Amino acid sequence: MNTNGAGPILIEAKDVRKFFPVRAGLLRRTVGQVHAVDGVDLEVRRGETVGLVGESGCGKSTLGRTLLRLIEPTSGTITFEGADVTSLSRKALKAARRDMQIIFQDSVGSLDPRMRVRDLVGEGLAIHGVPRGERADRVVDVLDRVGLGEETLRRYPHQFSGGQRQRIGIARALVLRPKLVVADEPVSALDVSIQSQVLNLLVELKQVFGLTYLFVAHDLAVVGYISDRIAVMYLGKIVEFATAADLFARPLHPYTQALLSAIPVPEPGRKTARIVLQGDVPSPVDPPSGCRFRTRCPLAQPICAEQEPPLESHGDGHLAACHFAGTAIPEPFKHPLGV
Amino acid sequence: MENLLEVANLRTWFESQGGAIRAVDGVDFTLGAGRTLGIVGESGSGKSVTALSIMRLVEPPGRIHEESSVLFDGRELTTLPERQLESIRGAEISMVFQEPMTSLNPVYAVGEQIAESVRIHRRVKGRAARARALEMLELVGIPEASRRLDDYPHQLSGGMRQRVMIAMALACDPKLIIADEPTTALDVTIQAQILELLAELRERLGMAILLITHDLGVVAEMCDDVVVMYAGRVVERGPVREVFTTPQHPYTEALLQSIPMLGMTQAEPLRVIRGSVPSPRDWPEGCRFRPRCDYAFEKCIELPPLLTVEPQESACWLCEHGRRMPAPPPSMVKA
Repeated sequence: MNTNGAGPILIEAKDVRKFFPVRAGLLRRTVGQVHAVDGVDLEVRRGETVGLVGESGCGKSTLGRTLLRLIEPTSGTITFEGADVTSLSRKALKAARRDMQIIFQDSVGSLDPRMRVRDLVGEGLAIHGVPRGERADRVVDVLDRVGLGEETLRRYPHQFSGGQRQRIGIARALVLRPKLVVADEPVSALDVSIQSQVLNLLVELKQVFGLTYLFVAHDLAVVGYISDRIAVMYLGKIVEFATAADLFARPLHPYTQALLSAIPVPEPGRKTARIVLQGDVPSPVDPPSGCRFRTRCPLAQPICAEQEPPLESHGDGHLAACHFAGTAIPEPFKHPLGV
Repeated sequence: MENLLEVANLRTWFESQGGAIRAVDGVDFTLGAGRTLGIVGESGSGKSVTALSIMRLVEPPGRIHEESSVLFDGRELTTLPERQLESIRGAEISMVFQEPMTSLNPVYAVGEQIAESVRIHRRVKGRAARARALEMLELVGIPEASRRLDDYPHQLSGGMRQRVMIAMALACDPKLIIADEPTTALDVTIQAQILELLAELRERLGMAILLITHDLGVVAEMCDDVVVMYAGRVVERGPVREVFTTPQHPYTEALLQSIPMLGMTQAEPLRVIRGSVPSPRDWPEGCRFRPRCDYAFEKCIELPPLLTVEPQESACWLCEHGRRMPAPPPSMVKA
């Protein structure tokens, strides 16, 4: 499983859950729980990039933020370099945050419009008590690394294009020299011609700073490009976890198979059979019993409603949570598409 | 072949204090009856304003220039009296937008909204209009359509709302559907459902589709022909297969090489298009892609017209003497 010389486990989640209360009525009584993340085990090894992929509402962003304790988990444990993050005091958590940073999708919403680049990027250094003199040098240095010159120091976020703002967001995350960076949809708001600039930059910075990435995104092609291993999420659970190459070559879970076949590919004439899933994703307030994917699954059998399939190994560390993992989707569910 | 839609020299500018914003600045293309044409471009390329201009839905300070021509089924839409245009909009040409939640009226049941358009354009009343609404909901694959007729937009999922939009667009048997990013707000498995629905309906009903999108994959799967827009102009157009496999404009080529293909790894570096999309207030002189182009040379200071390189056309001086030879771009050679 060691890919790209990945080392020991850097961060590990065990049975992590995050429920959000649903409130209704005059008294805002809790009438239900959104099972955003519902029992996830995940490990990320030092030096690797783990991709977390899934459709909107699957819990991937919540999981990414919960791992950094930007959101408090409802239950479960998270360990970073062997230490339990979930039980850290505020002070200890602040110290730990130096090593764990996040890059957001929305570079407009996450950068204070009234702050200059110098202060935006230097903010983390100030919080962690780095002396003023040293701060300036480190800010200039990290800006240079992300491809922004010294002349940008005094500018405000609105004076930059979307791609450049994302570079500021990356500089902000990297200035503290973190070990782990959670990148939450870092390129999905960018134009196609700008996406590749930022993706190449993230690949380069990972090598320069020896970073470990958790890359959260909905675009499987982008996730596949940047990741060593990929976890596929559906309705709060990881349904498959494998190396990128293995996942594309041998998707075992029917959801992964459908997801892969649903992506439109810019190669005219390559009209492979597509698995079109019926219906919508069920509500995370009241997820289906047993396997959560069974309501849309072409392979579903009675057992799928009764027993929840565990995430188990199917060789070479390829994990899948399906009673019928590896079964090909029957032909009637495949549709040739296009002209 | 008879063209259903002919757009020639379309210019839509927005007057502003800081000077004119030349959002669409000389766009030409044609669309045959029953064909599907994709318009691709990044944000700010002018693709959505092009769509709105065809329907003359651009509001002041936006203005379509006099010399622009939009010929639909033999009628010049840019000069047609508003009343006559109203009878075309929603009946002969209809639109599907990216976000159905903002295009559907939240206070009317979806069946009522479909029936309304039938009543206006078809002069059909009461029951008959409602029956047509039901027929349309069934056509677009909404389960338990008779029950859904009285649902409000917020009671439907994103994918279902987009189906309702399509039902509404098709209610009066249009000859042309303009779909502006119809699947961009949807998840990929729902997008697959909607694309399949559109392909199936086109097969059955034979309408032409103008599909506006930033997603090259969607174009490859859905369209016969493609128009690639950059900075308010058409840089390349032609059959999808040829444009995608042997792009003649450097922008099309770079765009195709800059997106990771499914299954591609970091071992293959992504092509980078340097710099950023220019501002419509201040397009670069000459070829607008010149400041970002790997192949730019002296001649590019003049604005290139669309040059024919069978079967496509490319607005690049490199195509002046015929097709460009496939060669790795200078930036990739260095790497």
